[in-house]
Amino acid sequence: MTKGSIYLLLIITFLACSKNDTPETETYEPTPLPLSIPQLFSDKIIPPVIPNNNPQTVEGVALGKKLFFDTKLSGDQTMACASCHSPQHAFTANTPTSVGIDGVSGNRNSMPLFNLAWNYGERFTWDGKELSLERQAMEPVQNPIEMHSDWQDVVDRLQSDAEYPELFRLAFKTSTITKELTTKAIAQFERTLISANSKFDKFSLGETSLTPQEQNGLNVFMDEERGDCFHCHGNPNNPLWTDNIFHNNGLDTTFSDLGLGGVTGDPNDNGKFKTPSLRNLAYTAPYMHDGRFSSLDEVIAFYSAGLQPSPTIDPLMKNLDNGGVQISDADKADLKTFLLSLSDPTFLTNPNFQE
Amino acid sequence: MKRIFALLLCATVAFTSCGEDNDDNIKANANVNFKFSHTWDNTTINSNNLTTETVTNANGEVINMTRIRYLISKLQLVNSAGIIYSFDGYKFTDLEDINTYDFTPENNAIPAGTYTLKFVWGFNEEDNIDGNYTDLNSASWNWPSMLGGGYHFLQFDGMYNVDTTPSPFNFHNGTARVSMGVFEQNFATIELETPLIINNNATINISMDISELFKNPNTWDLNVLDTPLMPNYDAQKLMQQNVMSLFSIEGITQ
Repeated sequence: MTKGSIYLLLIITFLACSKNDTPETETYEPTPLPLSIPQLFSDKIIPPVIPNNNPQTVEGVALGKKLFFDTKLSGDQTMACASCHSPQHAFTANTPTSVGIDGVSGNRNSMPLFNLAWNYGERFTWDGKELSLERQAMEPVQNPIEMHSDWQDVVDRLQSDAEYPELFRLAFKTSTITKELTTKAIAQFERTLISANSKFDKFSLGETSLTPQEQNGLNVFMDEERGDCFHCHGNPNNPLWTDNIFHNNGLDTTFSDLGLGGVTGDPNDNGKFKTPSLRNLAYTAPYMHDGRFSSLDEVIAFYSAGLQPSPTIDPLMKNLDNGGVQISDADKADLKTFLLSLSDPTFLTNPNFQE
Repeated sequence: MKRIFALLLCATVAFTSCGEDNDDNIKANANVNFKFSHTWDNTTINSNNLTTETVTNANGEVINMTRIRYLISKLQLVNSAGIIYSFDGYKFTDLEDINTYDFTPENNAIPAGTYTLKFVWGFNEEDNIDGNYTDLNSASWNWPSMLGGGYHFLQFDGMYNVDTTPSPFNFHNGTARVSMGVFEQNFATIELETPLIINNNATINISMDISELFKNPNTWDLNVLDTPLMPNYDAQKLMQQNVMSLFSIEGITQ
């Protein structure tokens, strides 16, 4: 043991000497910024997914935020990520689908952005096409009906900017900008968009109580004979309020948009779309992958009586002959009240998420 | 229980040391793993054909399967002297994900000997603690508190009468609700009598025949019992009976 200590001392001495004797080299490292995981999440669910090759850093997140709000990413420099994903709408937009820089409308509702690091399967977007957050951020910039840019042009613009090269150096230890580093920074920022401060979250933490209407709404949600929402949309022990997987929820008998089937090529996946989280519904209308329902009342009415049969409809969509579970008007109203208790107003105003 | 296991472990370690000293070639410690496969009668069902296979149940309904997930826990090997070796953890299987089929316990060393396998279908009352397991919560595997809480034991979703007029079924199993606020445990202890002679590192192969859910001892009529079944006490108790014949030992490789 004593011998070991002597060796250790010798090594330390040697290291100290060598440090003094050699010239200073760049030892800068970005500052790690671990995700601040809400207590409810660490209590209830498994840890978030952070890719090994893109750790969260103070400088990376700051850069990602600047990029997220910067119109330089679009072809004519009029549109930013935030144009369709605005903080005031829980990082979605209030239109059924989105119009790109050329005035062309897409066919999908922009997805709200929060708690994305807890998407364990790492399939992003309505159809699951994007296999990581970094890869997802690649797409809208070059999509002709979205930001309609060319990545090389974007990189050139950022490289010739007065601020960006230094910000990239601080985030990634190189001032040579690439599209890969750009999307890494954006993904880092997106992973910080954590929402866990709804009334229901406070109820789960024992800090508040539910009204009788909210409580009955929760019961409708959890009751296989009434709403049966929980098999896909989480439950009080899964505060993500989504299973993050893909289902055909009975919207249509035939599909103009194949959803997951268009990605996998498997006809069994036709008409399947990602289960969206029920968090922040108060701010994310309109609803469904194509934004077809403008209100929560319409959504609840659809699940109650509007289901359409098709070969790939999920068997969890029950009582198909009657169009759905047929819940009473009183239960519908209470269910809506409960769903709204999942909305987190502080998420909209969090200063870290504003331009 | 933990204390008993610790004692057994000490005994095992002691036995191992002796064995090594004596330089005989009987391996005193064997590591065991469990490999589960799934069939419908004699047809293998896995992630490749779960949603494409068309099967017929004992009552004659033609079925397409959409998803099958199930939970077992408290795997134990019991030797011929009645000594029990318990393995930590539980096994949550999703037939869509082949990576969930096998179970390698953390503490998986046992002495050579002849054993039988025993495990719990679902969680027993002690383990079925509402919200207690983060991986199961993340999989939304929870059983509603209004039905007694805890976790699902089985989720089997599909369509029946697919040859005529398809209808959904949700064959979900968990704690049984007797009446409002009154619940009855609904797990099952499954004991497979096939002797397992273990003299080296071993993989125990277990087969689950899904068709048994609808067959034995109760022939299931999906036209009567399709959905909702979770709050249906009688359906839950029928399921508890039908899971007893689900599993069998296929063999052992070592």
